[in-house]
Amino acid sequence: MAGHFQKKMKTKEDIPTASLPDIIFMLLIFFMVSTVLRETTVQVRTQLPSAEALTKIDQKRLVSYIYIGPRKLDGNRIGETGVQIDDALVEDVGNVRTIMYRKLVEQPKLIVSLKVDTTSEMGMVLDVQQELREAGTLRINYSSKREIPS
Amino acid sequence: MALLKKKGRREAEIPTSSMADIAFLLLIFFLVTTTIDVDTGIGMVLPPKLEDDVEPPPIKERNVLKILVNEQGMVLVEDQPSAVQLIRQEVVTHVMNEGADPRYAEAATKALVSIKTARETPYDAYVSVLDEVWMAYYEMWDNEARKLGYPDYKAYLAVIDANDSENEIKDRIKAAISIAEPDAA
Repeated sequence: MAGHFQKKMKTKEDIPTASLPDIIFMLLIFFMVSTVLRETTVQVRTQLPSAEALTKIDQKRLVSYIYIGPRKLDGNRIGETGVQIDDALVEDVGNVRTIMYRKLVEQPKLIVSLKVDTTSEMGMVLDVQQELREAGTLRINYSSKREIPS
Repeated sequence: MALLKKKGRREAEIPTSSMADIAFLLLIFFLVTTTIDVDTGIGMVLPPKLEDDVEPPPIKERNVLKILVNEQGMVLVEDQPSAVQLIRQEVVTHVMNEGADPRYAEAATKALVSIKTARETPYDAYVSVLDEVWMAYYEMWDNEARKLGYPDYKAYLAVIDANDSENEIKDRIKAAISIAEPDAA
C-alpha cells in the first residue's frame, strides 16, 4: 500500500509549464495596452510642487497640458521662463488664446493641466490664465505631486 | 535511407520551449517603459471672461477673506501678517461664522476667499496657500458629512453619486475661491 502511494507522488513532481507562455503573453498584452509612450519632449523644466488637496483626472483624453518653467539649455543650464504647449515653445503668450481655442472646439470638455515649475513666478502663470479665460477653457488643474508626510 | 526520411519529418515542428523566454523579454521591456501615473493636481474653474460693458457683481467687503502672497512668499490675511499654516483655521472661521463676528462672513453661502499674488510671487508659495484653502473646505465638508451621519465627505459623495441626488453639502458650503489680478505696477 505504502509503496503504491510513493510511486504516484513521484510521477507528479514537475510543474506543468505548457501554459506558461500563455500566462506571460496575457501579462504582456496587458502592459502593451496600458503603456503610453511619451510623445512630447518637454523643453522646459517642470519640477512640480507638492500639495494635499489633490483631485485625480481620470479621463486622460480630456486633458491638454501646458508646461511653464525655465527653458532647458545645452549643458544642464537653464534659461528664462518659457511656455510650452504640446511639442513647441510658445514665443508670444498672446498665441495661447488661439491654440487653446482650437483645442476647445475639438474637445468641449477640455481640462487644461498646468505643469508649472516651483520656481516660476506667478506673473507668467497669471498671463497664461488670462489667455485661457479669453479662449474659454475654464477648467484648469494645477498639476502637483502628493505631499510626502514628514 | 529510411533513417534520413524519419529525421526530416521530426524537424517539421517549431520548437516552442523558447517561446516563454521571448515573451518574458517583451514583458520586461513593457514593464520598464510603462508608467501608470494618474494625473493629480488642484482643480480650479476660472471665471468666465467679463464683457467690457458689464459691471462685476457687487460683493460685500465682509464676505471676502483677502489673502495676499507677496514676492517673498509671505502671507497677509485681511491685512494682518500670518503664516501659511494658520490659513486653514482662518478660512474655517470665516466661512462658518454665520454672521456672529462682524469681521467674518455673513453666511457660508456668501463667503468668498480671494487669493492675490504679486507678479514676482514664486509659484510654490501660491500653490501652498491655495492648497491650505482647499484643505479648509475639505475639512468643513467632512464635518458636514459627519453631521449627516456619514464617516466623511468621500462616503457622502459616493452615496449621492449612486442615488443621483443633489449635493446638499456643496449647496450649503460652496468653495468660492477667486484668484485676483495683481495690482498694475
